[in-house]
Amino acid sequence: MKFLDEYRDEALATKVVDEIRRTVTKPWVLMEVCGGQTHAIVKYGIDRLLPEEVELVHGPGCPVCVTSLEMIDKAHAIAQRPDVIFCSFGDMLRVPGSDVDLLVLKSRGADIRVVYSPIDCLKIARANPDKKVVFFAIGFETTAPANAMSVWQARQQEIKNFSILVSHVLVPPSIASILQSPLNRVQGFLGPGHVCTIMGYREYEPIAERFRVPIVITGFEPIDILQGALMAIQQLEAGTHEVQNQYARVVQRDGNRVAQDLVNKVFEVCDRKWRGVGSIPKSGYKLRYEFHEHDAERLFNVKEIDTQESSTCISGLVLRGVKKPHDCPAFGKQCTPEHPLGATMVSAEGACAAYYVYGRHLEAKNGGRSSGDADRTSSSLTAEVA
Amino acid sequence: MGKANFGGIVKQVCLEYTPEAKVDDYVLVHVGFALSTIDEAEAARTYELLKEMSQLQELEVPEIREAMSGGP
Repeated sequence: MKFLDEYRDEALATKVVDEIRRTVTKPWVLMEVCGGQTHAIVKYGIDRLLPEEVELVHGPGCPVCVTSLEMIDKAHAIAQRPDVIFCSFGDMLRVPGSDVDLLVLKSRGADIRVVYSPIDCLKIARANPDKKVVFFAIGFETTAPANAMSVWQARQQEIKNFSILVSHVLVPPSIASILQSPLNRVQGFLGPGHVCTIMGYREYEPIAERFRVPIVITGFEPIDILQGALMAIQQLEAGTHEVQNQYARVVQRDGNRVAQDLVNKVFEVCDRKWRGVGSIPKSGYKLRYEFHEHDAERLFNVKEIDTQESSTCISGLVLRGVKKPHDCPAFGKQCTPEHPLGATMVSAEGACAAYYVYGRHLEAKNGGRSSGDADRTSSSLTAEVA
Repeated sequence: MGKANFGGIVKQVCLEYTPEAKVDDYVLVHVGFALSTIDEAEAARTYELLKEMSQLQELEVPEIREAMSGGP
């Protein structure tokens, strides 16, 4: 397929890896921000193609993972109401709240539906005028234009029985928070290509400057990720800290202005609690007051719920790049994608789930390679690309 | 709304955010919305750069390897 297959070319990947080997002279720690990038890295074994000096740690960019337990419990409280049709992206259904998940509630009779797009909910709302249709609006900046459009159209079309439960998160405050932490090990970032498709990358420039870290806006195919890593390493070796754009076929410096305009009309920035990380100032979106008729949190007046996370789970440290999935005693044992203890095992984009799905827990059990080991092979790339 | 072909599967896609998109353009789609039209010229340029880099490498490999083993 055009603009995909050429970015999975094995021979080209090998060349970029060789160039990285030639460039690197000392150890560097890079963080890929997006869950989609983490998934590609583990799927294609990109971390094992890189020279041992280069360590990839996995970032907070999995929207399902970072949705707070309080917000999931609120979703559950709303979804259980007999007058509600609760709509969500599929991967939120298995996320454990304090008690159960949405799938269990559905099996107990709650009307919970999986939608492909928030716009689908408007159709459901029109077809069910006696019900209240609520969409669980999670996600990063990438998803905000779609969610904003659903509310905008609901108002234009006077669909009064549609509301959204907003749990939007923003990337720049989260990476600034990672860099400010005394535990931080990250020296350069592979920036979030799809978030920047919407937002552009101007807002990353002050972060690169302030913390003196290179940030390379990077795509999601193996060649994209390898080239992003190469560009970041070239900067680290040269001692520069610029924002660069590897994903120029999709991302422009100013982003998508049309989308930004509607997002800003519908949402405003607010403080947001991240699962496993805690509250980060100005790191989320909430609905503007003028759209309060479509604000599920307000309409259903869900009270703050006292929540309890698993005490063994280290997902907060994994999300900040301080620990790897292997470092957790529960990984692949008590904690699996079927029975996740925490955020990063829940979604396919979570680092723990990616490690599990691609069999890294088996290697760990066998006393084999960990992510830091020197035994690197191109076989995994060959297998997937061929 | 428009129709987008995902490697054989055709779906309705909202084009509100990509007013510049024309028939036969490639678009990046997320949850039913086209978010960006793929810049073919930029894609070709990046790809050529990568290929060029690898050609240069082939020419330079022995020299660079020597230099690396000898110096810091």
